[in-house]
Amino acid sequence: MPDYTLKIRRSDPARGVAAHWEAHTVTLRERASVLDAILELKGERDGSIGIRCSCQQGICGSCGVRINGRPGLACNTHLEEAAARRPAWGTAGGTDAGTPDDRDRSIVNGNLIEVEPLGNMPVIRDLIVDMDAVHWKKIRRITPWLLGAEPVPEREYIVAHDAMVDVTQSMACIQCGACVSDCLSMEVDPEFVGPAALAKAYRFVGDPRDAAQRERLHDLSHDPHGLYDCTHCFNCMDACPKGVAPVSQIMRLRRIAGSDHTIVDPNNGYRHEHAFVRNIRRNGLLHEADLLPDSYGGKLHPRAIPELISSLPTVLTALLRGKVTPAKALGHPHKAPAAVRRLFDVIGAREQRIELNLYVAGIEDEPLRAPRTDEPTPLHLHPPEEADA
Amino acid sequence: MKVAYWPGCVSRGFTPELHGAMAKIAPLLDLELIELDRAACCGAGVIAEHNQELADTLNARTFALAQQTDGELMMNICSTCQGAQSECQRRLDGNTEYREQINANLAEEGLRYTAHINNKNLLWVLVEEIGLDALRARVKRPLTDLRVGPFYGCYIVRPVKRLGIDEDHPRDRYLHMVIEALGGTVVDYAGVYKCCGFPIVTMNKRASLTMAGRNVADAIDAHADCLVVPCPLCHLNLDLQQPAASKVVARPLGLPVLHLPQLIGLALGLAPTELGMSKHVVKPTAVVDWSTSVVAAAPA
Repeated sequence: MPDYTLKIRRSDPARGVAAHWEAHTVTLRERASVLDAILELKGERDGSIGIRCSCQQGICGSCGVRINGRPGLACNTHLEEAAARRPAWGTAGGTDAGTPDDRDRSIVNGNLIEVEPLGNMPVIRDLIVDMDAVHWKKIRRITPWLLGAEPVPEREYIVAHDAMVDVTQSMACIQCGACVSDCLSMEVDPEFVGPAALAKAYRFVGDPRDAAQRERLHDLSHDPHGLYDCTHCFNCMDACPKGVAPVSQIMRLRRIAGSDHTIVDPNNGYRHEHAFVRNIRRNGLLHEADLLPDSYGGKLHPRAIPELISSLPTVLTALLRGKVTPAKALGHPHKAPAAVRRLFDVIGAREQRIELNLYVAGIEDEPLRAPRTDEPTPLHLHPPEEADA
Repeated sequence: MKVAYWPGCVSRGFTPELHGAMAKIAPLLDLELIELDRAACCGAGVIAEHNQELADTLNARTFALAQQTDGELMMNICSTCQGAQSECQRRLDGNTEYREQINANLAEEGLRYTAHINNKNLLWVLVEEIGLDALRARVKRPLTDLRVGPFYGCYIVRPVKRLGIDEDHPRDRYLHMVIEALGGTVVDYAGVYKCCGFPIVTMNKRASLTMAGRNVADAIDAHADCLVVPCPLCHLNLDLQQPAASKVVARPLGLPVLHLPQLIGLALGLAPTELGMSKHVVKPTAVVDWSTSVVAAAPA
């Protein structure tokens, strides 16, 4: 059995113990999990190591941690897979100037596994983070229950199969907090509702039985840290051990808010999206000089004026450097070919949008890995990876 | 090598130096560019969020135009184009019925997309097609002592599976590898794989510029001389908006940000002005001084 160097990020803020790395060597089979290794250390060498866990089968979502820089469940990450992961940044053995902590970059034996608490949440002790302070607070914020239509029907609701499979993707969430940990928008704006809660919001917005679709979307799009704060960095998609793809759910929320309900929000989310689409329909290529003012409602809109004034230094520098010429900024140097404009018009005029959800349809030539609602999900099944629809 | 070349929008808009620099380095890399000048914007994820069929149709059209050329593959110079197009391609290639539906939209123009187009960012072309050894052999002025921080841009590194990143194709290390092949020193810093913040600059400017400012600050703290980006949208937030970002993060910044073709061009012997480096908001003085004084004095 191979040896692994397990470095655990330890701290105990309540007792004034600052964060530091503690290295241990464990000898375990390659297919043992990172959690197995932590529990072995805890049981045999140091009972004070703090880790939260329960089912050890990838179901309960308790043991979310960062492993070699990537968030996930300690219980469903094999040691060999963890050791093969490169650290989040840093060429091993390369320059370590400016790395923000004391990671030891000299260990390049390939069997180094660094385990840290999840990010974007306060640490209670060692690998245990305060989920109540961040994750659960945000989940509660989106009204995480079905608001059914009244009067309640006498018999059960009948829901189309595809509609239900669609929401099962967000229902697959086990609340582990892995996506919250690495959300880059939340990193700079802790008030952002965030990927887990927005995915949960889609679970209800996408449910045909929910009667509050518009109200939910109105609420989320009007929140200054809500629906339109996601940058599509895709960290949540790669982080999720269950294939929920929160970013895809956020895009669906925006599509329904903007196109089905025409919810014009004060954060420019709706205006930006529609200005962008109009811009491409007209110009074929993006005409940046129009997009900024149009995202604020147009050049002469009272909302746009302070924004344009505050952007003046940027615009002037761009002009000075010859990045932009007045003719290019004010004129429209390119025009969309008629065939492109026709595509916008024909597709835009459809009564119903045509969409392909790969989570529902699967990928041809690849086995369908998403669980179907008519098939029980085996407990040990790896999560559906094909969730990037 | 002949490639169907998709420059994207911003490389011909607010970062014209990118398109110009690509045109300069192409012959030095034996790349023949067949420009797709009738193609439209990839949608940058925004059109897909508005209407998936529209985004998929626009990109299927671009792919179809590329397939009409005799290029060996399609090449882009923008992480965002790569990511947005890969997303659409996954749907188009993954379902015949859907692809035919999208192709029906293109029929009037006489266009048709055949599945499995090979669409690669310049960065991937450099490593997988041209090869690092061949690139190294063309270096005239190695970037000796130039400390370069790689900044990939989200769309070219995530989601890992969709972008074909695996053990055989460590595409999330290619920028590191290219910097080293050009003789430069890779600077690791916290922002290598982070988001530049550009997509939300009109929705939450403060959050957006905090991202940009922190990434630049982290690279400065790691003693980088410059950043290199394969994405013009990242360049807008990291360079054009850098003075504004500096105010938001409340510290002086002033770190030059180079487009990938500019960094390559410098190493292949081109002058900074030829590569449009005078068009940057943050003057790349450190980089320019380096290439005229230290390295120009060294034997080629």
